[in-house]
Amino acid sequence: MLAKRIIPCLDVKDGKTVKGVHFVNFKDAGDPVAMGAEYSRQGADELVFLDITASYEGRKTFVDLVRRVAENISIPFTVGGGINELADVEKLLTAGADKVSVNSAALRRPEFIEEIAKHFGSQVIVAAIDAELNGNGEWICYLNGGHIPTDKELFAWAREVESRGAGEVLFTSMSHDGVKHGYPNDALAKLADTLHIPVIASGGAGTKEDFKDAFLLGKADAALAASVFHFKEITIPELKQYLAAEGIPVRL
Amino acid sequence: MKIVIIKYNAGNIFSVRYAVKRVGFEAEITDDPAVIRAADRVIFPGVGEAGTTMQYLRERGMDELIRSLTQPVLGICIGMQLMCRHSEESDTDCLGIFDTPVELFVPPEPNPMHYKVPHMGWNTLEYSNIPLFQDLGPNPYVYFVHSYHPTICAHTVAVTDHIVPFSSALQKDNFYALQFHPEKSGEVGARILHRFITMRHD
Repeated sequence: MLAKRIIPCLDVKDGKTVKGVHFVNFKDAGDPVAMGAEYSRQGADELVFLDITASYEGRKTFVDLVRRVAENISIPFTVGGGINELADVEKLLTAGADKVSVNSAALRRPEFIEEIAKHFGSQVIVAAIDAELNGNGEWICYLNGGHIPTDKELFAWAREVESRGAGEVLFTSMSHDGVKHGYPNDALAKLADTLHIPVIASGGAGTKEDFKDAFLLGKADAALAASVFHFKEITIPELKQYLAAEGIPVRL
Repeated sequence: MKIVIIKYNAGNIFSVRYAVKRVGFEAEITDDPAVIRAADRVIFPGVGEAGTTMQYLRERGMDELIRSLTQPVLGICIGMQLMCRHSEESDTDCLGIFDTPVELFVPPEPNPMHYKVPHMGWNTLEYSNIPLFQDLGPNPYVYFVHSYHPTICAHTVAVTDHIVPFSSALQKDNFYALQFHPEKSGEVGARILHRFITMRHD
């Protein structure tokens, strides 16, 4: 049976894991490769590395990092942040990334998804969607890390990215992200029932129960989290043991 | 030990080379027929679409080359599918090393969204006791990404279930093939790759 996936996400700036992310008694806390390898050893199913660097030099550093991750880590990984054109995708995939996550660039120019699918296949495209529930009960998609609202509605946009060739949808609710009160399970379940492709829940995990709910209530195929893992509030082995005991298929 | 990875118009070739390196060996990426013929081990990896990759191989005579190899050959993902008889993807006639068709996953009614396609993520192997699979433990998890699958046949040496049971590994004589990605399957994948390289071949 296909296992539900647990995916730690690492923010990277100028080739280093950003401040605020640390393992107790872990000497290479600033090195994304060492941290990724540690998560892999603990049983993470995939990794996500998000480049939050703004500068050109920093971007080159990120490509070097992607190559080091590919050389050293034997589980799949997705990279994202600042991917705007096919050349960006090609650079990252050639360096060894398994998938790329695209967000704002796809909202601005939806054909971008088709271009990536045509050149590299749907399996490399993770369509990341940031959305927020408005006063009318509609989920509205946002650009630029949640700063600029668009005229796209979550479920319509998710269907569109699927039909244009995305391989997975990664959904972040802006009002749940960072609050640690759980994932947006109603919206996740509706996405799962709408789409043929896998859905990754992102943002909101505070407890082990939150992951269980994302899988059982939200019907998510995978759950992504950052700070609960980075601050060791939850470790991956204990989370997976818990989920297995709850009857959720996980890779132990 | 000379290991080659066949270079053609498919993605994900470098990941395989890195994985070979992690288990202690070097692999050369090449499309030179003489180098491929002379190698001790040949890996035929890739992520791609059946029609265009098969056409690429045919135009360069690489279809005949691969069929004629006598050393251990390991097909991975699209490499495996191309080693089968025919693929539903673009209605493509393939190499025919394994006499079995490759079919699209079709999620069943009334709940088609319950089964996602592509089959993406970690799933288990129910495998036969062959030299390639040693010390893997019962029902090990390996990483899959695919929308088409080889059906079960006389050459099936591992079965995985997603919508239907399918061949997650095939073997016939010196030809081995895996639908999953050993290069992305953690410790289990590393063991299989190491075993492929070091197992005895007469």
